[in-house]
Amino acid sequence: MEALKEELKSKIIEQLNLEDVSVDEIADDDPLFGEGLGLDSIDALELIVMLDKDYGIKLADPKEGKKIFESIGTMADYITLHKTK
Amino acid sequence: MMEKRYFISSYCHIRNNTISLNGAAIYQGQHPDFNSLAKSAYRHFETDYSKFFKMDNLSKLGFLAADILLKKEGVLPENEENIAIVLSNRASSLDTDRKHWESIRNPDNYYPSPAIFVYTLPNICIGEISIRHKLYSENSFFIFDEFNPSHLFSYANGLLDMQKAEKVLCGWVDVDGPGYEAFLYLVNKKGGIVHSIEEITRLF
Repeated sequence: MEALKEELKSKIIEQLNLEDVSVDEIADDDPLFGEGLGLDSIDALELIVMLDKDYGIKLADPKEGKKIFESIGTMADYITLHKTK
Repeated sequence: MMEKRYFISSYCHIRNNTISLNGAAIYQGQHPDFNSLAKSAYRHFETDYSKFFKMDNLSKLGFLAADILLKKEGVLPENEENIAIVLSNRASSLDTDRKHWESIRNPDNYYPSPAIFVYTLPNICIGEISIRHKLYSENSFFIFDEFNPSHLFSYANGLLDMQKAEKVLCGWVDVDGPGYEAFLYLVNKKGGIVHSIEEITRLF
């Protein structure tokens, strides 16, 4: 689980072009949106694509993303339970 | 009725690893590509706008040139000035269109990136400049085979004559593969250079 969290932090920084953020600066329970990392709606769509491409998880309802993408911790929990690759 | 006379109050070039303002180089580097130049210039000019790194190269190019020019002109986002934007280029958003196509060309690996897709229109570049400087003004993006000073001249004059804007940010912002070139200028009611087709051509 810890390795997955680190992997997610690296992927988010790289794929969402968070130039001024490092892995060490993201806590597992930091909010990804709003006052946390400040991600926006396009970033949310990128995360949905990332779940599909890297972990074989297709979100049927994008509204599900709100809970899944609350933090690195919630993402890691969801991926662990649902990944198909 | 006598035609009103307008002026070019500032202009900015970005090309060949050099950024110049009103004809004088203000930043030079030896960068292998535009993205590297953009990142370095962003830091050099203390731009402080983290969304910059999410933009495609066309938007980064237009954004940087506009930011440098408007800072020189003392345009502050909080003043919400009525500055129209009229940009043009040759390659439209082709550079980003190609990246999008790469992500969808293989049906077995079909993962279009939303962050790339949103930049598959050239006028998104104008949107990025408008968001940064809080401009809610008239704007247009034209595609030409080559730089077209007479069209930009007429269009900017029309906007000012009809009082659609107080100033017009005009120019050329083109990115195609490794090639990049920006030339932006501000048409104003006062300034040191007469706004004419000849002067636009000379400055370009």
